[in-house]
Amino acid sequence: MFNSYTESLAVFFGINILMAFSVYLPSSAGLISLGQGGFMAIGAYTAALLTASGVPFAVALAAGGCLAALIGVLVAAPAVRIRGIYLIIATLGFGEIIRIMFVNLDFVGGASGMSGIQPLTTLPWVAGICVVVALILWRLRTTTLGRAILAVHEDETAAEAMGIKLLQTKLIAFGGGAAIAGLAGGLFAHYALFIDPGQFGFPRSAEAFLYVVLGGSGNPLGPVIGAAVVTLLPEFLRFLQDWRMSFFAVLLIGCAIWRPGGLIAARPPSRL
Amino acid sequence: MMGTPLLDVAGVGMTFGGYVALDDVSCTVAENSIHALIGPNGAGKTTLFNVISGLLKPESGSLRFQARSYAGLRPDQILVLGIARNFQQVRLFPVLSVIENVMVGCHSRLPRTSLRDFVLGPFGRDAVDRIARERAAAMLELVEYRGDVEARPAQMTLVDQRRIEIARALASDPRLLLLDEPAAGMNPSEANQLSSIIQKIRGLGRTILLVEHNTRMVFSLADEVTVLSAGRIIASGPPAIVKNDPAVVIAYLGNV
Repeated sequence: MFNSYTESLAVFFGINILMAFSVYLPSSAGLISLGQGGFMAIGAYTAALLTASGVPFAVALAAGGCLAALIGVLVAAPAVRIRGIYLIIATLGFGEIIRIMFVNLDFVGGASGMSGIQPLTTLPWVAGICVVVALILWRLRTTTLGRAILAVHEDETAAEAMGIKLLQTKLIAFGGGAAIAGLAGGLFAHYALFIDPGQFGFPRSAEAFLYVVLGGSGNPLGPVIGAAVVTLLPEFLRFLQDWRMSFFAVLLIGCAIWRPGGLIAARPPSRL
Repeated sequence: MMGTPLLDVAGVGMTFGGYVALDDVSCTVAENSIHALIGPNGAGKTTLFNVISGLLKPESGSLRFQARSYAGLRPDQILVLGIARNFQQVRLFPVLSVIENVMVGCHSRLPRTSLRDFVLGPFGRDAVDRIARERAAAMLELVEYRGDVEARPAQMTLVDQRRIEIARALASDPRLLLLDEPAAGMNPSEANQLSSIIQKIRGLGRTILLVEHNTRMVFSLADEVTVLSAGRIIASGPPAIVKNDPAVVIAYLGNV
């Protein structure tokens, strides 16, 4: 059905959608993370090590997601008490710490990376996980937890005065985002077949953040559109050659001027 | 006054930098009463509300609710005890619809969403959501909100936004409802309607502590009036007595 070029494009698009979701979930609680690459790395290395020792792929993916979530909660517990730009800097620092940690871990190849990962990620795996995560996020919006997350985002003081547990709500949102990044990492490792710490550094985190800024953080469709634009558009802009990234810069500035809420605006669920 | 008071504020002090916002403030609120707190601007009324609802931690003094000390608890824990509030500057959640705003008020009284509810929710079978929605609709009915429940609160008039906020506080099933200037910006007929809503809320067995500048409303509604001026309580008692207290007249009322 697909040739290998379109298939690889589709797989990376799917992984990027997951990375977009991993930024979107914490951001809907007002937690902006520029360190999602770090959680992706944790998921990637964990899953790759597990499949290398014979663990089934599904279990390895889940383990990568869970470990990323666990570390996400541990990192976030002190970090979510700080707000706004300080939290962004803290997550950015965390992403770098994880990258440097893997550079110095010799049993996963250090800076020269880890190769020989089994080619277990297929398009159905990626598409299936994307759809499940998207459905969960879409459904979350109309649950008590989803409303609590949005309430925290809108007004922490009023949310807490209305009985919402701030710390717990933020940790769930941040941990959930980390878990999704961990899943994306596991899928990525078993498709790229070679991983090194540099792949999960700041550019990766910043790109995931860009998907959400571009697409909009009001509902789960926004990050998907953002990921689509950033992942697929360059493929159609190859004729621009060296000007491709300049085009992107212009697009982003245009977006900031004309659609500051992102390409897809937030709406109440009954009006979707 | 009979028995232990519902709320007992004793010797509360609060300063901001060098500014004394509350100075040894003590007052008690009787169960099922309408208790008004009045005073000039800057007297410390909202600060006292923030202390009672836990948004500010008092520097000194004690807070008791149903005879149990609760100072130091977080605002969400205090809401669970049974103290809910509105805000002087309306603080609804802009991206949530009107009914969702009120549903957030129910959260503390709801069980967690089960996996079954999560999966069946899109088919209209989310039991927790249904309870919250019904309760929220009932609260909006109680405050006589007649607007679109699926609209954003920003599309509503300020008067309706105040009603929604009171409904949101009521949704948490509070024993004590703190209302901070609920009639601000209302015309006389809207204020009268609000008075009857407040009486209706009291009729449901709840207690109301009310900050309000509309003195006509305060003196017709309240069982008990406490007057705060420059962070101190200068008078407290039934409206007829407080109204004629010379200190109150000088500090606040002028010629009523």
